[in-house]
Amino acid sequence: MTSYRSPAIKRYLLRLAVLMTIYLIALFTAVSAFRHGMSGPLAWPLAIAPAVPVVGVFWAVMRLLIEEPDEFIRMLFVRQALIATGFCLTVMTVWEFLQNFDLVPTGNGGFGAAFFWFMGLGVGAIYNRLTAGTAGECA
Amino acid sequence: MTNRLRVLRAERAWSQQDLAERLQVSRQSVNAIETGKYDPSLPLAFRISALFDLPIEAIFSPEANAAVANG
Repeated sequence: MTSYRSPAIKRYLLRLAVLMTIYLIALFTAVSAFRHGMSGPLAWPLAIAPAVPVVGVFWAVMRLLIEEPDEFIRMLFVRQALIATGFCLTVMTVWEFLQNFDLVPTGNGGFGAAFFWFMGLGVGAIYNRLTAGTAGECA
Repeated sequence: MTNRLRVLRAERAWSQQDLAERLQVSRQSVNAIETGKYDPSLPLAFRISALFDLPIEAIFSPEANAAVANG
C-alpha cells in the first residue's frame, strides 16, 4: 500500500514537531520555575507558555484542513476533527457533572480538554479506518 | 452513486496508483471512489470524465450506494 504524503501533510508534520519541541521546553521551564517558588506578575505568562504551542497544534490541524489538496483525504481529516471535538466535549461534560455531584475529585490531574481532543483524533482515525478503509495515512 | 471507474481503468491496464497520478489525487481517493465509499466532487468528476474522454453519465450513474460522504 502506497502511503500518501502531500506537501500539506509534510508541512503539518513539521509544524507538529516544532510545536511539540516548544511545548516540552515551555513545560519543563514552567514546572521548574514554579517548583522554585515562582510568583508575581511573571508567573502568569510563564503558566500560559505551555498552552501556547498546544493552541498552535489546533492551528496546525486547521491549516491542514485548508491546505490539503486531495478532497477525499481532506474529508477524512474533517471527520476526524469533528469526532475528536465530539469525543472531547462528551468526556468533559460527563466529567464535569460527576464533579458537580462530588462523585469524582475536583481538578483534572493534568488531563485537560486538549488531551481528550488529541485522544479523540485517535478515535476519529479508527472510525475512518473502519468505515472508509483508510485514516488518510497521516494522523 | 455507482461508477465504472474500475472497469475503465482495467481496460487501460492502469493501476490505482497510475490513475491517481493522472488525476493528481491520492491512491486512497481512487480506491474509495471505485469501491463506492466516496462520491467525487463535480470538479473531480469532470477531470475523470476528461481523462477517459467520456461524458460523466457514461462513468457515473445515480443509483444509491453507501458512500461515506453521504453518511
